[in-house]
Amino acid sequence: MLGRTLREVSTALKQGHITPTELCQKCLSLIKKTKFLNAYITVSEEVALKQAEESEKRYKKGHSLGDLDGIPVAVKDNFSTSSIETTCASNMLKGYVPPYNATVVQKLLDKGAVLMGKTNLDEFAMGSGSTDGVFGPVKNPWSYSKQYREKRKQKAHGENEDSNWLITGGSSGGSAAAVAAFTCFAALGSDTGGSTRNPAAHCGVVGFKPSYGLVSRHGLIPLVNSMDVPGILTRCVDDAAIVLGMLAGHDPKDSTTIQDPVKPFTLPTSADVNKLCIGIPKEYLAPELSSEVRSFWSKAANLFESEGAKVIEVSLPHTSYSIVCYHVLCTSEVASNMARFDGLEYGHRCDINVSTEAMYAATRREGFNDVVRGRILSGNFFLLKENYENYFIKAQKVRRLIANDFVNVFNSGVDVLLTPTTLSEAVPYLEFIKEDNRTRSAQDDIFTQAVNMAGFLSCLQDCQQ
Amino acid sequence: MSSLLSAPSALREDALRRLKREMWARAVKLGLRSWVGWRRGFTSKADPQRSGRVTAEVIEHLERLALVDFGSLEAVARLEKAIAFADRLRAVDTDGVEPMESVLEDRCLYLRSDNVVEGNCAEELLQNAHRVVEEYFVAPPGVND
Repeated sequence: MLGRTLREVSTALKQGHITPTELCQKCLSLIKKTKFLNAYITVSEEVALKQAEESEKRYKKGHSLGDLDGIPVAVKDNFSTSSIETTCASNMLKGYVPPYNATVVQKLLDKGAVLMGKTNLDEFAMGSGSTDGVFGPVKNPWSYSKQYREKRKQKAHGENEDSNWLITGGSSGGSAAAVAAFTCFAALGSDTGGSTRNPAAHCGVVGFKPSYGLVSRHGLIPLVNSMDVPGILTRCVDDAAIVLGMLAGHDPKDSTTIQDPVKPFTLPTSADVNKLCIGIPKEYLAPELSSEVRSFWSKAANLFESEGAKVIEVSLPHTSYSIVCYHVLCTSEVASNMARFDGLEYGHRCDINVSTEAMYAATRREGFNDVVRGRILSGNFFLLKENYENYFIKAQKVRRLIANDFVNVFNSGVDVLLTPTTLSEAVPYLEFIKEDNRTRSAQDDIFTQAVNMAGFLSCLQDCQQ
Repeated sequence: MSSLLSAPSALREDALRRLKREMWARAVKLGLRSWVGWRRGFTSKADPQRSGRVTAEVIEHLERLALVDFGSLEAVARLEKAIAFADRLRAVDTDGVEPMESVLEDRCLYLRSDNVVEGNCAEELLQNAHRVVEEYFVAPPGVND
C-alpha cells in the first residue's frame, strides 16, 4: 500500500480498502523503521493520528475533502507549522514554535492531508547535500538498495556496511528521502537554486519547481526572496499535478504571488508530443557531466523524437555565468534575510547581557553554522557601498541577460527544454564532504539555478523508471 | 545597531572600542591567540586565489555590519575565494542592460485594502521570546545608554 501513488491510495481510501488511521499508522511505523535515514527532524505522531481520525470521520459520512484527504504528507522544516517546532535545521531556531501555518501547509491541511512530520535539510536551506544541518546528514534510501549493496560488495570487502552511504542531495533531502522511502505520498520542499530538484534526482523521485509567483511563500522562512519557491516532491508526475492544483494561486499574504486566477487542470492520460518542440541547450553539455547522465539525456531526447516531437539544439549563451551571478545575488539577499535573527523576538539567545551589539553578535555566532555565517559575510561584502555597483548591481544585470536567454528561446518556438538535473548520480557522503559547501553548491547547482533566476517552472523525473 | 550609527562620534569611538574588546576577548577565549599578530600581517599574504581585498579594516567593518564574526583563518580565506569567484562577472558585457530586481517586474504589485483583518496576538508572539516583561521584549542596553 505504501508504495502506491497518491492517486491510487486516495482511491483506496475512497473505496474503503484502507482507513486513514490504518494508513497513518503504517507510515508512522515505517518512519520508525527508517529512522536511520534521519529524514525527519520532528515526527508529529499525535497530530497525524488526530488528523487521520478526523479524515476517517469525513469518509464515513461521505464528506471527503478530495484527493488529498487522509493522505500522509511531510513538510520541509523551513515551513512554519503552527504548534510544531520549526528549526530550519539550525541552532538559531531550535525550540522555535511558530504561531501560524505557512499558507501552503494550511492549504494541505484544509484539504485533509495528514502531516507526518518536518523533514531534515541543510541549515537554512543552504547547501546541496542535506549534510550541513545541526541534526546531522540525511541518508539516501537508495544506499540500502540491493543494487547499491551489490555494487559496493564488488568494489571493497571488509568495510563497515554503513560507512559508504550516499547523500540525498539538497537542500530538501529529508523531504526527498521521506517520499522515496514510502513514509509519505508527497512532501514539500523549497527551491532557490535547485533545492527540490537536486535531491529529487538523487533519490529517484519527481521534483517540481513552480514558476515564481504561482505558489505562496508566506510562512516559508526566506533565503532569497526573489528566487525562493515552495517545491513539490512525489513519486510520479500525476501526483505532483494533484498537489500543485491544491497549492497554486494568489495569496493576499504574499504580495509576490501573481493575481491571475489559476484554472483547475488535469494532465492528459496519454501525452501527445507531436506538436511539441523540445530544446536541448548546448551549453549544458558540461565536461563534468558523467557519461551515465549524458546517456540518459540522450535516450530521453531520442524517445521524444521517436514519438513525433521536434528536438532541436538551442543556446543559452550566459549559462556559464549563471552560477557566479546566483552566488552574488544569493549571498546578498541572505545577508539581508538573516539580519532578523538577533535573539530578541524569537529563536536562540545567548547569555551575554553587556550590550545589544554584543548580545546580537554572540547569539548569531552560537546560532549559525559556518556556511550561514560565510554567506552572510560574503553578502555584506558585496553590499558595501564601494562594491554595490560592481557586484550586486552587476549581478542583477547579468540576471536579466540570463532571463532573456530563456525568453528568447521560448519565443523562438521552443515549448520545453530538456536538460539533466545533476552532473552525476548520488555520491557517497565521505566523498561529498571532501569539498566545502560553497564549492559543492557551485558545482551541483549548475543545471538548476538558472531557471530560478529567470523564474520559470522546472520539473524533474527520474530517468531509470 | 542604528543607535551605534547615529551616536555622536566620541560615543561611536567608545562603542567601537568596547565592541572590539568584547570580540578580542571572545577570540582569546576561543584559543586564537595568533589571531592578533596574524591580522596585522594579513595584507602581506600573496596567494593566486586571493584577491587581497579582505584587509584587516574590511574584516572589522564586515564584522560590525553583519554582527557575525569571522572566527577563523579559514573563514577569511573562504571570503577571499568567494570574492575571486564573484570577480568573474567582470567578463560579462552589461552595457545598456538594466538591473533585474524581480522576475515579476512587468506586473503591478498587489495591494490589499487598508483594513485590519487580524492581530491581537501579542501573547502568542511574546511566548517565543526568551526575555519579556509584560508586553515588552527585553534587550540589554544599547551603546547610548
